[in-house]
Amino acid sequence: MNIIVCLKQVPDTETQISIAADGKSISTDNIKWVMNPYDEYAVEEALQIREKFGGEVTIVGVGPKRVTESIRTALAMGADKGILVDDQAIVGNDSLGTARVLTAVIKDLDYDIILCGKQGVDDDYGIVGSMLAEFLDIPQISIAVKLDISEDGSKVTVNREVEGGTFVIEAPLPALVTAQKGLNEPRYASLPGIMKAKKKPLDVKAIADLGLDAGSVGEAGAKIEIKEITLPKPRQAGKIVEGETPQEKAANLAKFLHEEAKIL
Amino acid sequence: MSEIFVVIEHRLGEIRDITYEMLWKAGDLSEKLSHTVTAVLLGHEVDPIAENIKDRADKIIIYDDERLKNFNADISKEILAGLIEDLQPEITLIGNTSWGAELAPALSVKTGLPLATDCIDIAFENGKIIAQRQMYSGKIFSNVSFAKSDGYIFTIRSGVFPKDKTGDRQAEKIQKDFPAPDRELKKSFVEFVETAAGDVDIAQADLLVSVGRGIGEEENIAIVKELSEALNGILSCSRPIVDKNWLPKYLQVGTSGKSVSPKVYVAVGISGAFQHMAGLSGAGTIIAINKDPKAPIFRTAHYGIVDDLFKIVPALKEKALAAKKG
Repeated sequence: MNIIVCLKQVPDTETQISIAADGKSISTDNIKWVMNPYDEYAVEEALQIREKFGGEVTIVGVGPKRVTESIRTALAMGADKGILVDDQAIVGNDSLGTARVLTAVIKDLDYDIILCGKQGVDDDYGIVGSMLAEFLDIPQISIAVKLDISEDGSKVTVNREVEGGTFVIEAPLPALVTAQKGLNEPRYASLPGIMKAKKKPLDVKAIADLGLDAGSVGEAGAKIEIKEITLPKPRQAGKIVEGETPQEKAANLAKFLHEEAKIL
Repeated sequence: MSEIFVVIEHRLGEIRDITYEMLWKAGDLSEKLSHTVTAVLLGHEVDPIAENIKDRADKIIIYDDERLKNFNADISKEILAGLIEDLQPEITLIGNTSWGAELAPALSVKTGLPLATDCIDIAFENGKIIAQRQMYSGKIFSNVSFAKSDGYIFTIRSGVFPKDKTGDRQAEKIQKDFPAPDRELKKSFVEFVETAAGDVDIAQADLLVSVGRGIGEEENIAIVKELSEALNGILSCSRPIVDKNWLPKYLQVGTSGKSVSPKVYVAVGISGAFQHMAGLSGAGTIIAINKDPKAPIFRTAHYGIVDDLFKIVPALKEKALAAKKG
């Protein structure tokens, strides 16, 4: 079973985000770049599928050269090979542009299932996986918390998280599934894994190699554009409920709940 | 005069809150744009749902078919794409929910219309439409503009708009025939499993008492649960509690959990990380109980108690129980 995982590199979630001079993007000084956390679940699930069915796990990334580090991390976890699309023309990609690039890479590959994180934790759009499935004309099941492939490898059954419950959905393969937290416990790369990863194939491709028109991707092809970013306005500090003892503080809060919030 | 489409989200015969919130926003936009509000209702035996929203829209377009009984992004996308092509709405609103996550991007590709997801507002600048949204788990707010298009698709975050009616409306109901799908459906619905705890959906709760890392040990959660019961509220939690498997994930508030919009939110032993607070943008009054006066939550909370939660929580519970007895 051949499995493809789409990978995005994002700033570590602990990073202090600040705004760059252009007012539209974040300052990239002192950013620690990591694999998108939701993509870690996708990589782990791909490895578990391969352990059961055999085959190959291919990691596909889009972005500048630094993304190779995150692809290497996935290779160190156990994936077999990587592809990175790095091209000046993709700078300024919106989700649609990224989906087009991924489509161009993946359409000619031999695959049974495609796994993505449910969203990138940088711009938080959550669009690319679903668009990719639409372009490839394969079924998509998003926000998966459980995934089972039938013994004969013909279909996938997914528990997808919905508000207040779970939908169980079945689809024939090939299909695309996006990973939610809880799908699995991603493994850490072992030291031998890290050593092996250095020798695994990692192809770097340009837009021209994919037969893509530069006008359909990057800033030129984008349908949405960030005009301005701002930091959240600090809210006015609240009122600290005072009291000599914890009992008195609790009593004062209860009084508020009664008089103003009208819940007691 | 153009239209604003609102894709009605419902499940098992019940309208989801996001539907009312989107209809409110559509009403608000319709006043600015002089557009009509068109509810698009896909499902099976959906008359009661249409009845329920008829005073919130100018038109309800209904596709009623057995095959639409359970949500299926593939069919919904085909139907909506056709309808958008026919009626050319300037704006289409879809919930930023599990539904919307599968439907909206595919619809955007199918129609060629630009899409902005998880929007917290829609505004106009120099006559151009702007989507307001958050990035980096709420650490950044962004204004997004669009390449010129005949229409735009937005998915709307739950809990940011009121559920109220806007203006006097009396919708005309239009039944449409379900267009024959041009091919067999790819996906099939197996079942819906309701969250184990029955009706607990923290996104719909009016009062939440939420527990965080400060609780220390799993067995201590009981005192917070008791407080939530004394206040007639529902227990929720922050991420570290779910990471330790002390409470199930459907009770988690925050960007990797749920956005909630209770009238009152009581945070017990929660420091207030960005990711947590981003899930609270729709909350009314936020009350924090934390022994660390420097905890970030005190910057957002409307009322705070700086003290040991193990002393405050039981005392507050007693007060609440006493008040109930009257």
